Amino acid sequence: MSPPLQTDGRGPGWDDAALIVRLLACDPFGVGGVVLRGPAGPVRDRLCAWIADALEQGAARVKIPCHVSEDRLLGGIALAETLASGTVVREAGLLSRAHGGIATLAMAERMDATVAAHLCAALDRGELVVEREGGSLSAPCRLGVVALDEGIDDERLPVPLRDRLAFSIDLDGLDARMLDDLPEAGFADELDSRTTEAHAALDDEAIDALVRVAASVGVDSTRAVLLAGRVAAIHAALDGRASVSPEDLEVAARLVIGPRARWIPAPEQDEPEPNDETETETETEREPQPEDEAGCENEQDEDERDDVGPRLDEIVLEAVKSAMPDGVLDALRVGTDRRKGAVDRGRAGAAERSVESGRPAGTLARMPQPGNRLAVLDTLRAAAPWQRLRGGGHGRGLRIYREDFRVRRFVRRKESCVIFAVDASGSAALQRLAEAKGAVEHVLADCYVRRDHVALIAFRGTQASVVLPPTRSLARVRRELSALAGGGTTPLASGIDAALSLADDARKRGRTPLLVVMTDGRGNVTRGGEASVARAREEALESSRRVRGTGIPTLLLDTGPRARPRVRTLADEMNARYLPLPRLDAAGVSRQVQQLARESTCR
Amino acid sequence: MAQFPFTAIVGQPELLLALQLVVVDPMLGGVLIFGDRGTGKSTAVRALAELLPPMNAVRGCPYNCDPADETLRCADGCPRCDGSTASIVAERVPVPVVDLPLGATEDRVVGALDLEAALSRGERVFSPGLLARANRGFLYIDEVNLLPDHLVDLLLDVAASGENVVEREGVSVRHAARFVLIGSGNPEEGELRPQLLDRFGLALEVTTPTDIATRVEVVKRRMAFDRDPRAFLEQFAERDAALTRSLLEARERLATVETHDAVIERAAGLCAALGTDGLRGELTLIRAARAAASLEGLSVVGLDHLRRVAPLALRHRLRRDPLDEVGSGARVERVIGEVFSA
Repeated sequence: MSPPLQTDGRGPGWDDAALIVRLLACDPFGVGGVVLRGPAGPVRDRLCAWIADALEQGAARVKIPCHVSEDRLLGGIALAETLASGTVVREAGLLSRAHGGIATLAMAERMDATVAAHLCAALDRGELVVEREGGSLSAPCRLGVVALDEGIDDERLPVPLRDRLAFSIDLDGLDARMLDDLPEAGFADELDSRTTEAHAALDDEAIDALVRVAASVGVDSTRAVLLAGRVAAIHAALDGRASVSPEDLEVAARLVIGPRARWIPAPEQDEPEPNDETETETETEREPQPEDEAGCENEQDEDERDDVGPRLDEIVLEAVKSAMPDGVLDALRVGTDRRKGAVDRGRAGAAERSVESGRPAGTLARMPQPGNRLAVLDTLRAAAPWQRLRGGGHGRGLRIYREDFRVRRFVRRKESCVIFAVDASGSAALQRLAEAKGAVEHVLADCYVRRDHVALIAFRGTQASVVLPPTRSLARVRRELSALAGGGTTPLASGIDAALSLADDARKRGRTPLLVVMTDGRGNVTRGGEASVARAREEALESSRRVRGTGIPTLLLDTGPRARPRVRTLADEMNARYLPLPRLDAAGVSRQVQQLARESTCR
Repeated sequence: MAQFPFTAIVGQPELLLALQLVVVDPMLGGVLIFGDRGTGKSTAVRALAELLPPMNAVRGCPYNCDPADETLRCADGCPRCDGSTASIVAERVPVPVVDLPLGATEDRVVGALDLEAALSRGERVFSPGLLARANRGFLYIDEVNLLPDHLVDLLLDVAASGENVVEREGVSVRHAARFVLIGSGNPEEGELRPQLLDRFGLALEVTTPTDIATRVEVVKRRMAFDRDPRAFLEQFAERDAALTRSLLEARERLATVETHDAVIERAAGLCAALGTDGLRGELTLIRAARAAASLEGLSVVGLDHLRRVAPLALRHRLRRDPLDEVGSGARVERVIGEVFSA
């Protein structure tokens, strides 16, 4: 292996972490950076300290908070200096300050897509191009990113950015008890000779192996392979070798491709001679749609060259397997990996939110008040023509008068978020479920045109689950809906509760929630999962009253074969509009939802 | 920074075709590229910039106006159009391929009052924006789906009218802004408003190449380029130059390309079968087919040209149907198959 690590013998987690720090420090821009996933704490602090220490002397270290404004990120007008000097003074943004070093992203899982896109652009191009606030700027910006991702479950660093960072370290995999035995720092000394300029060369066989391995574990991104290649080259150079050896490839595959793996190759693949037919077949089963974007699953491992001898990629593949995330192996072996394919379901909605919320709509002439944002440039523009008259400008400071002030105006279109709580129990029967799906899809088509969000909750068995968090992605809704199975008991109260909590969340994000509950009202399981019709009914009524309490506009669709008073009572308790589905088709439901939406936004 | 050469791009035939078509016929209405991460969308567009031969422009004109074209008028700051200079000097300038960076503000896109001039000299001068710089060239927006809606509206409007009208902060300017709009994005990060989709002339989806050999070649070339850009560029210089020549010839030839009624009828049949709204689909389809024919050095449009460009010109014009499990691309393919076999 590579030169001695101070962490030798502390288990693979710490060894790899130390190795990643060294590789990263050699060429932060080349490898993009690292995701540190897990809670804040001594483990993360230590890793950050290592990274800081390993970087070249004098290299930039910049912290970027997750809700950084574009002004701060890209640079803008320095208000105080501009006012004092009477000419426009610009200040550098965080990105250009990070040039040549590392930018650390706090709470990276909450970062909005726009900020992430700026980082991606910098990582892609190595330069920052800015066109804003009356000036254009292009500055070198070769930085590495350390993303601190504290996300739980679905919340994660935006995908495009994650794709560009070679490494990720799962902090939970590192034993905090070993911290005392680990060095505080000390990586810098052995990295005297920076290898940035002197990457070792990869031969064709090595590239071939990396591509094959990536393909066989479902890693589609060309970028992942390029990053792995670069890591292998740096690893070789660290070892003082001019060309990449299998060992370097193993390391690169384990550290870069392993954590990205989405499935393990079909068992046949473990044999030296992969069986083409079976491979392709299993693949096809797994991919329902070629245009299934979220999964980017157009993988087809068609081995065209079976003549390769003792294959490099097999060795490398073993390395990858050892580094695959826990649980992925089991989940993926089954082959029905819907959930994993949609790892990023939580993000799409969040990303769109940042695009839409409070869209800037010009400026307004008035004094800034609490909560307003001063439109610096527009204020200056308003004041500029008068400076000579007022005796300002030209180093005499600017004279800004009351009438010059401009504040930014944001238009916040009331976005609605339609939350469907669908009874998928046995009593709701499969055919009814199909109708419900049809209705959801129909509403969806309208929502799509109006750019509204849609969320889907299904309840059956003993619990309700959020099948789809609020999203505008058509493809995802379609996929989840078609996968939605029916059957089991009816935890009605849990379903309503889940819908309410989503609605509450939507409100916090500034959206107007609408609830559409589809059920036949035959709740027979309590919140605790107990099978008791009486108690279940009581709980359902109680949940319904909570709906009324929130005042959220609600539509109750009776999916039973006949309209029943029981469901009607539920609707009354919710203060919901009651509609028996038998008399409605999908288009009718959609019209009702639209009407409800109109009424609720007019309030 | 050196750009990856266009002819070195492996795979992605549809993407390369679409970009060449809009070079041959800039009036096609731009290209929208949707696709996965790391499929080379940006690489291809930036490579295109290197392919284009220099053009004639009035020296000192911030709008790159064409000395030979008297009909196009630009605004303040152009030595020819504002009449401040008697003699006009033409010069060769590279065709602009302007990047619209994410986070660009409206004032930089359309242009605004020049603050420096206003503060230091008290003059009211218009400072042209990116639209001015993109005149007669290309405007590239990566992550077009992340751009605020009002900017996308504005860009599409200017791209369609060929003129930028600025009325803000006491400046009142209108200037020519003819450019080819190229947008790219990743649908996972938010979809483009459906109303905006069909304002793009051509649209396509790129995916990662599926066969190993192609993928290996992609990685190899990229790595070779990263290691020694100059040597790599040299290796492809001749091919790039040849492509440039054929693009120029195709552009010259375009006006003389004939379109027989049979082709027009087939195009109409195709659009009817797909149920596309309006005439824009048909017009774009025929235009694109003409460009494709011209690109092949032919002077008559054939049905196969129509067939080749049909997915590009039509797939984003179908009404979105959320109940349809099949993507619009597949639907177009199916209907094309039916119409052409009939």
